[in-house]
This record gives sequence, structure tokens and C-alpha cells, in this order.
Amino acid sequence: MGAVKEPVAVVAGQKTGEMGVALTTLEEALEWVAAWGRTRAMWPLLFGLACCAIEMMATQASHYDLSRFGMEIMRASPRQADLMIVAGRVSRKMAPVVRRLYDQMTEPKWVIAMGDCASTGGVFNNYAIVQGVDEIIPVDVYVSGCPPRPEGLIEGILLLHEKIRRGGIRSSR
Amino acid sequence: MSIQEVVEAVRTRFGEALQEVIEFRGETTLVVRRESLVDLCRFLRDDPACRFNFLSDLCAVDYWPERPRFAVNYHLYSLPHNLRLRVKVFLEEEDPVVPTVTGIWPTANWHEREVYDLFGIRFEGHPDLRRILLPEDWEGHPLRRDHPLVVEPVQFSFNWREIDSRKPYVRE
Amino acid sequence: MAIREGEVQEFTLEQLKHLVSERALRGETILLNMGPQHPSTHGVLRLLVELDGETIVSVVPDIGYLHTGIEKHCESKTYTKIIPLTDRIDYLSPMSNNLAYVMAVEKLMGVEVPLRAQYIRVILTELQRIASHLVWLGTHALDIAAMSVFLYCFREREMILDIFEMVSGQRMMVSYFRVGGLWRDVPEGFEDAVRAFLKLMPSRINEYERLLKRNPLWLQRTKGVGVISPEDAIAWGVTGPSLRGSGVNYDVRKAQPYSSYDHFEFDVPLGENGDVYDRFMVRIEEMRQSLRIIDQALRRLPKGPYITPDRKVTPPPKEELAWSMEALIHHFKFWTEGFSPPPGEVYHAVESPRGEFGVYINSDGSPKPRRVHFRAPSFVNLQALPIMAKGCLVADLVAIIGSIDIVLGEVDR
Repeated sequence: MGAVKEPVAVVAGQKTGEMGVALTTLEEALEWVAAWGRTRAMWPLLFGLACCAIEMMATQASHYDLSRFGMEIMRASPRQADLMIVAGRVSRKMAPVVRRLYDQMTEPKWVIAMGDCASTGGVFNNYAIVQGVDEIIPVDVYVSGCPPRPEGLIEGILLLHEKIRRGGIRSSR
Repeated sequence: MSIQEVVEAVRTRFGEALQEVIEFRGETTLVVRRESLVDLCRFLRDDPACRFNFLSDLCAVDYWPERPRFAVNYHLYSLPHNLRLRVKVFLEEEDPVVPTVTGIWPTANWHEREVYDLFGIRFEGHPDLRRILLPEDWEGHPLRRDHPLVVEPVQFSFNWREIDSRKPYVRE
Repeated sequence: MAIREGEVQEFTLEQLKHLVSERALRGETILLNMGPQHPSTHGVLRLLVELDGETIVSVVPDIGYLHTGIEKHCESKTYTKIIPLTDRIDYLSPMSNNLAYVMAVEKLMGVEVPLRAQYIRVILTELQRIASHLVWLGTHALDIAAMSVFLYCFREREMILDIFEMVSGQRMMVSYFRVGGLWRDVPEGFEDAVRAFLKLMPSRINEYERLLKRNPLWLQRTKGVGVISPEDAIAWGVTGPSLRGSGVNYDVRKAQPYSSYDHFEFDVPLGENGDVYDRFMVRIEEMRQSLRIIDQALRRLPKGPYITPDRKVTPPPKEELAWSMEALIHHFKFWTEGFSPPPGEVYHAVESPRGEFGVYINSDGSPKPRRVHFRAPSFVNLQALPIMAKGCLVADLVAIIGSIDIVLGEVDR
């Protein structure tokens, strides 16, 4: 378990004499606790757009079981969610809605652009589709595929967890 | 009942208003004048020989740069006789107006709104002619052939100052 | 058109006054916004609901939040390259969309499809129908707060997706059918996988039925809710299980058989009352009938070519490229230029899991179509929602939306 390992790493930091002993320990311990809390119970926004939403549902369902990562509770309200998985193509009519949903989410919040359409517009380089959701909201992790396999989404989520763990306590946008 | 009998019935009833009958790949198309469209549709629905009670589809075609520019297709299906028929109306570019058939088949409502939205063809007498797929403040009608596929050109720019001024949220 | 922040489309009562009742204008009823982000709208549907207390007076759907411009996009692609776009219209039944599109092009070109390809097409489209109905059942039950059905349905759906991955390499967006036949022949092990599925599935369908059919909560939420009469259903162009739930016997597979559906015996399940419960029962029964069709097609699966030898629509086989210059040139021209059908227009309809899925193609004789139009069943069925929902309670609206089984990708295209 990580719970045993991590404080040992803090002690190792003391040995190299980086900063004041008490402060470093406390801050690093706090950071570790915060990252642990953020990654172990991350609540995605229940929000699907197109094809990828079906694969997102499959990821949650029995076969792939997203609850292994503490993420099975999708919150329908943006106020209670801290991860937005943009699953599918974002049309020009939908873009302001996505932006508003993102604004309504409370800090700290993260975004995964799931699939090619959300990342770059995908095959739909045309008048109706926003060419990548990063035109309207900042994105942390891009998952490729059209649609990505559930394993792909899980990989993206784990990558995001890694990012949060490294980022420190103030790293939320 | 066969489709030939339907065509004959329409021809005897409407005569001149039926401009052309096209047979292609086993599908029959009646090209009619705009003025008699509604009468013809009502006849096709109500006449016991036709009874096309199901409007399965309504769509427009842009023949640009040919003339007449637009055409509206009505794909009819007769549940009692198991027949399919296409009715077609040609429209000039200057006057893209066609009478509505919502009074005959209520399902035409959204189809006509879609055609209005994407082609800019107006349907006279439609109860609720608003844009349906695109936002209300959208300019232009994207499915016209002279409308470009990509409206916002893709920018491959590394001029960060320009990007910042255009997309302030990138900096966040 | 640039995106301006926070510019969600707002409606005023003035704009909608012809769609709501007189009482709304006097302020006696309230207008409630539902969607586009709502857990039970199956995507990005937005509804403006006029409520008198808890009773629905009128519903005004606002669609287009997933408008993808697929029809416009088709005009810039050659006929073969449109196939992947059709997958993404109705992303719960890509096989049916592929089938409708390639059959329309085949009709336009006048191409005959080998019997083996036709049978494999039938097997795969019927598997797709079951997969689509499973997603529908799972999410519909979830809307009415029956969580376990969702988990059960997705368990069986994975088996179908495994078969699709086996034949096409993709789980969802298969693009497996080609004009004139199939991309490749089915691989070894395909028949065993389908047989295993056929053996398992009947008991699983019984399981879902047992969970819901006599469940008192389910009955209270579905019986007598969202009724639409056969006359209204026909007038509003409703097709598929939603139409058959009202007792109208119209199934494109029976009425105008395509892809040798007339070789197989199957029944068209019909409802009586046209309520949510009947539509639910029709779909459950349809899954059983699909199994029957797959079983017959698999037993009688003929040997032979999987794609037409007609070089107008198929590239030459790979081994020929090694020794024939003409084949090489043809191969190059085929993939760069595409093929040119004669000028004309065709409409071809198939029975997708949601109803009559039609494809209209207008060709001007060039390798790219002048116009491709998709008659999306969800788009038309959704139009009947205000009629079904009138007079129901606001909680029933969720059940009714679920029972029409809309896919927003198809509604907005």
C-alpha cells in the first residue's frame, strides 16, 4: 500500500536536508493526504455527448468496473463533481453549455477530453463541430480513439491521477 | 394496387400540373408544379387508390449551379398498399418558397424546419418555422452548395500574442 | 462563427407563445427547463416543459445540441469514404446505418450482393439490434431506478462487442460493410462465438423479463403512461418499436424485405395500448426474434464470395496487383478517385433498432454525391414526445423519453 511507503519518502527528504524539517514534513504530508483524497474519490460529472458516452457507460458497467478506482459515482450536478469527461463531439450550439457546466464545477477540477472529436474535432472538420474542446475549456488529459476503448479511458484516468499526485496541493487551476 | 395505377390516377386528375414522371432503379418520382403540391398531396393521402398515409421523409436538394436551383423531395409510403413514391417540387433560387404540408401529415413539421434551417427554403403556412438544429443567431444556411464546409479556418499559428488575444482562456 | 462565452440559447415566452397554452401567458403555469445536461435525457436533449403543478401541459423539445453536419460532410467525400461517417449517426447501431447506406449505393449502382455477404449482414445487424436494445433496456431501467438491469445488460453487450471486434477490429464504429459486400470474410471462430451467444442469450432475456415484467414498481411507472394512438403514431411518422407498441404492423424487414430477410421466419411483435409498457414488451420480444433470425442465418450460411466480383465498386484482389498492371492502375484509381454512379436519386430504408432508417442519395454522376440525406427514426419519433407526454406527471417524462429510445446523434446528425 502507498500509505506505508509515502511517509518513508518524507523522511528521505529530511535526510537530504532540503528545507526546514518540520515545515517540509507537514507540507509534504499534507500534499500527500490531499492527493490521496483527490484521486481516491474522484467524482466525474454525469455528462455524455455522443458515441464516447456509450463507451464511458461501458467503462462504468459490470465488465470494466470503474469503481475499482473510486469513480463509480457520477454526479449529475456540476457542483458536486470534480472531473469532467468530455465524451464526444462538441457542437457549436453545445459549446456554451459545456463552458457553463465547467464554470459551475467547484475547484479543484479537472477535464479529460475523451476521444478524437473532443480532442481535435476528429473526422468532423466542419462548420458544426468545435475543433477540440480545448478551444473552450482547459484540458488535462487527452484520450485518443474513436471511440477509445474502456481500457483507454481507464488509462487516461490513471494518467490524471498521476498528474494530481505530482502536482501538489496548490496545483488545482 | 400498383404504382402505375397511382401514376395514372394522378395524371387523369391533375393533367398539366404533373410535369414529369421519372422511373429510376424501380423508384417512381412525380415532379409537380408548386401551385398544385398541396392538392396533389391531399389527393395522394385520401384517394382510396393511393392512400399514402405515411410521410417517411422530406428533404431538400441544392442543384447549384444548375437551374432551377432547389428541389424538395417528399418520400411517401402507403401502409395499406405497401408502396413508395417520391414527389418532387423544383424551386427557383430567387423564390425559395413552398407551401407547407403539415396540414396533411403533421410529421412534416420538423422536417420542414430542418430544411428551412439548413437550406433557407421557406414553407408558407408552417405553424412554427424556426431554426431547429443550429442556434437561433446562426448566419447562413450550411447545406447550400455554395456554403463552405469549414466555417472557421483551422489556424496553425505559433504567434502566442495573437493566440492570447484571440483565446484569452488558453492562458488560464 | 466564433463561440462566445456563456451564450446558452435562451427562450422568451414571446418566442414560444404559439407552442404553450394560454395559461402560460397569463402566468398560471410554469415553464421548466430540462437539459441539455440532464441524467435522463439520453444525451443532449433539451426540453421546455410547461407544468400545471406536476401535470405536463405541453413539451417543447429543443434539439441540435449535437448537430454534427454529417450530411454536409458527405458531399465532400467519395462514396466509400462516407461509410465511416454513417457509423457515427446512430452510434448504438452502426451496423444498421452501414447497411442502409451501402444498400442505397448498391441500388444506385445496380450491384448484386453475394448471398453469403447478405446472410452475414443479416447476422450482424440482428446482433446489433440486440446490443442496441440492451443499452436501451439498461438505461431505461436506470431512469426508472432499477440499477441492476443496467449492469446485467452491459454484461451481455460485451459479448456482442467482442464478436464485432473479431470481425471488424473495432468495438463500436465497425464500418464493416462495403458497397457490394463486406470488408473481409468473417474470421475463424466467428460462428462458434455467435453460437455461444445464441445458447446463452435466451436465458438472459428471460432474466431481464423476470426482473421487470411483474415488478409492481415497474408496472406503476409504465402501464398507461405515455399513450399514443395508432392514428396519431402514423400521422406523426413514428416508426419502429414505438409504432408497433401501438399495434401498427409496419416493419420494413417484412413490408419490403431487403438483404434476403424474406428467407427467414420471424414474427413482428405488436403491442396493444401504445404505452411505455407495451413498447418495453415489444423490444424484449424483438430481441428473441432477432435470435431466431441469427440462428436460421447461421445454420444456412452459404459458402462463396463475400464481396461482389464487379470491379466497378470493388478494388481488385491483392494478389492480382503483383502481376497485373491494369489491376494496379485500377486499384490506384479506385482508392483515389472512387467510382461514379449514374446521375439519379435513390431512397433505401432499413429497419434499424429505432425504426425506419432511410438513406437518400442524389448523384450528379461524379465520384462524390450531390446530396446525402438520412431519414433518422429518432428525429421523427422524438417529434411525437409532446403528444405522448401531454397530461402525464413530470416524473413520467423520463420514462417516456426512455421508451422512445432516442439517440441524439441521430436526431441531430
